[in-house]
Amino acid sequence: MNIAEELLAGSRLALSRAITAVENEYDTAVEIMQKLYPHTGKGHVIGITGPPGAGKSTLTDKLAKEYRRQGKTVGIIAVDPTSPFSGGAILGDRIRMNELTMDEGVFIRSMGTRGSLGGLSRKTAEAVKILDAFGKDIIFIETVGVGQSEVDIVKAADTTLVVLVPGLGDDIQAIKAGILEIGDIFAINKADHDGVERLHIEIEQMLDLNQSKVAWRPPVKRTVASLTEGVTELIDAIGEHISFLDESGTLTARRTVRARNELLAMLNEQIGRYVLTNIKSSGKLDRMIASVEKRENDPYSVVSDILKGLLR
Amino acid sequence: MEKLIRVLVAKPGLDGHDRGAKVVARALRDAGFEVIYTGLRQTPEQIAETALQEDVNVVALSLLSGAHNHLFPRVVELIKGKGMTDVLFIGGGVIPDTDIPGLKAAGIAEVFTPGTTTTSIVDFIKANVK
Repeated sequence: MNIAEELLAGSRLALSRAITAVENEYDTAVEIMQKLYPHTGKGHVIGITGPPGAGKSTLTDKLAKEYRRQGKTVGIIAVDPTSPFSGGAILGDRIRMNELTMDEGVFIRSMGTRGSLGGLSRKTAEAVKILDAFGKDIIFIETVGVGQSEVDIVKAADTTLVVLVPGLGDDIQAIKAGILEIGDIFAINKADHDGVERLHIEIEQMLDLNQSKVAWRPPVKRTVASLTEGVTELIDAIGEHISFLDESGTLTARRTVRARNELLAMLNEQIGRYVLTNIKSSGKLDRMIASVEKRENDPYSVVSDILKGLLR
Repeated sequence: MEKLIRVLVAKPGLDGHDRGAKVVARALRDAGFEVIYTGLRQTPEQIAETALQEDVNVVALSLLSGAHNHLFPRVVELIKGKGMTDVLFIGGGVIPDTDIPGLKAAGIAEVFTPGTTTTSIVDFIKANVK
């Protein structure tokens, strides 16, 4: 049996190795994904995002436990930053989820961002599909601790949960573009800390001004993840969002957009790689770069010539 | 993307000290490895399961409490039992020289005792990872 078949037969090692193959772009990766793709589309993907230290891992841990109590199987992808200098990473989110390790219904995988800037790894969406094909009912993606613009999670998740904590920033933060725009649900974690009332009011006021999400008003929930407070209320809110997605047709619409984006991104990448391989192997690339750098040629004309040459 | 070496830094058993493990984890990060750290007081079963889920190439075990002769071989056995036969095992901590041959016979490729430089750990991994 190959990896895809073993995975579909329930092998956890094959599941793990499939994610590695995709992450490292092994030659086998495309074949694995081709075989798994027909088995995807069943799991519900929940993105968990928010600033560093907001308690995303602890909250993910508690949510996962609650879903397990309900009899659902869970996959978790926890993304942590890769060093821009060494390419190495410390992937430490599992520490907050240690009690889940021995639960056979849970599979946790840590990923480094490996140069990606949107709060996920470039291969996160693939890892989600692999967990989905394996049969996980609920798949969490915990983003790298994000600042303001790491919003790739909306492209990968069905439900986006933005976790905030009291005491960060003033009220102008609430009307900026960025992660506050992408929440389907807001969780104010560490709600036993000072400033929770003010933050709650600011988020509600921001939502009052929203014109684009009128069909779904994102609920704002308070949690103290370390004490498992507010977790069932949060699960209820996720459940309501899932019902909304189904009933309003939003899920279908989102998945259409996602299929389109993924297809175009893949096409883009393949075309880029094809063009690059071509000009590299012809030995022209260095000469082109040198001529642009010396102002003998301009990059606009060079690119145009390359494409004309390839598309003839 | 080329293969990135993934290392599990694990603290088995009852031992509340992980400064050394964190220093090693940081040095491995700076050497360009992806390091997964388990935190303190892990059972061999938890470590083996984590190694499987994270598909690591290297398992680095750290122990200061003296139970290494019991716990290190157990971790090796459990991980190999999961079908992961290509993992490189290394150990470190307060480990008497007389115990090292036995640990090596049990599948620990090298044991790094106090005073070891982090570069020698990095070099050993680079030279021996499968």
